[in-house]
Amino acid sequence: MMPNRDDTITFEGARRPDRQYIVSTSGIDIAVYEWGAPNSDPLLLAHGGSDFAGTFDVFAPLLAAGGWRVIAWDQRGHGDSGRSDLYGWSADLRDLKAVFDHVGHDPVVAVGHSKGGELLCDFTEAHPARIKKFVNLDGLPSRRPAPDIQDHERTQLRREDITTWLDYRRGLHDYNRRPGTLQEIVERRKKMNPRLSDEWLTYIATIGARKDPEGWRWKVDPAIRFGGFGPSRPYWGLYRMAGFSMPFLGVLGMVPEQMGWGTKPEEVMPWLPRHGRLEVLDETGHFVHIERPHRVAELVLEFLAQ
Amino acid sequence: MNTITYLRHLRIQLALHQLRAGNGRNLLILHGLGDSAARLAPPSPDVWPGPVFALDFTGHGASSVPRGGGYTCEILLADADIALNHLGEATLLGHGLGGYIALMLAGARPEHVMGTVIADGPGITGGSSGPTSARITPPLENPDRRTPDPIALMELTSDIRPPDYANAFARLALQNSTIEDPITVCVRWQIPWLDAVISEPGVLNGIGLDDALKHYA
Repeated sequence: MMPNRDDTITFEGARRPDRQYIVSTSGIDIAVYEWGAPNSDPLLLAHGGSDFAGTFDVFAPLLAAGGWRVIAWDQRGHGDSGRSDLYGWSADLRDLKAVFDHVGHDPVVAVGHSKGGELLCDFTEAHPARIKKFVNLDGLPSRRPAPDIQDHERTQLRREDITTWLDYRRGLHDYNRRPGTLQEIVERRKKMNPRLSDEWLTYIATIGARKDPEGWRWKVDPAIRFGGFGPSRPYWGLYRMAGFSMPFLGVLGMVPEQMGWGTKPEEVMPWLPRHGRLEVLDETGHFVHIERPHRVAELVLEFLAQ
Repeated sequence: MNTITYLRHLRIQLALHQLRAGNGRNLLILHGLGDSAARLAPPSPDVWPGPVFALDFTGHGASSVPRGGGYTCEILLADADIALNHLGEATLLGHGLGGYIALMLAGARPEHVMGTVIADGPGITGGSSGPTSARITPPLENPDRRTPDPIALMELTSDIRPPDYANAFARLALQNSTIEDPITVCVRWQIPWLDAVISEPGVLNGIGLDDALKHYA
């Protein structure tokens, strides 16, 4: 794994995992990473869409220093996990469960960011006895009605989403990620993370991208594309959350960003579970744990100590 | 005759069968869940005089089988869209799950779909009309890449078909189609997503399959 990683590029506080291995499930190799003592209590970290476990390189060591065995994995088609032919929610959930099963069947702490938080909402409802405590990092999409959009226009809006996605699928077999210099691919990631320093983004790029003779390319499979459409509603995760019986911590970043949901605290509060609380981070974007790893790790460790 | 043309959908080879030659509009048949194009009998020439094609969805019939699943109706929609793109334009006849996919394609590409017939067949109901209790399907291996892929059968029997979602595709077809009566429902089962389609003014319902095809021929 990571044959082209440039080890000369470092970032303060960032540390590559202490261990890494493969969990194979349904013919797909899932790359798994661990930080911290192997005999500590496990804490599983699920990354968001288009991301990868290496973005935990500052956050995870902080949790490990708090006494946890931190386990993260690259979702299929992301980072160093295998590419599959198709991508779907149920497949991501199966992969997640395979990693959990590999760690063991005793209850564990689960922390998920964005899509990872949503996946964990589904896993937690399906297997509540396996989650000791649950932290959701800006992965709580709300129902956001758009009353200014007439029904007819809403349908037209959807058609554009559909045709754009289908056009992409028609041409996909000719498509590969665009190569560039390290600085160029950093600029591309900056659209997702406009608030991160170039130094931090450059470190992240050396893990999430690989270098070939033509230049650097992000590893995420080009078949995975944002946007699109489907019958599921993201806010169903909130509804599931309302029934969780384990201690729950939600964290919202309040600065709107391209990749975020723009969820407001008042949209989450009615759905908080009985043993749940919400922390709101002003002046923080969607990638709360990447942008403010020390503050978020502090919140998580404090919650776990209770 | 049954000649096969292979089309690419990402890493999947899709088998598009020509079941019969003819003069006139293309008919593209989409099979039901777990079924395949080769098992379908084309309509007789007096019902459909034009060429008759049938597509094997990903993981079915002579199409290739993906590693590790990940099937959704939207992926099958992209399969059908690639076949439609190859043919240029076509009337769609969808059986069961294929009927649902045909509806979606009618809404997505109304300028190229010359009428859609939704017919009975496997997978017509879908898994549910709304959110269900969360469940995680067990990992399944299909090392011999047999079709139908058991992972397809598992994943596509639990798909969600909200009535308003189906209705949106019907509306798109009705609003943007270049032909009159772009959707005909020939399903005898009352199903929430189909009821939402039938409720749209302009959707034809309660017509026999042969008559529906003749209407578009």
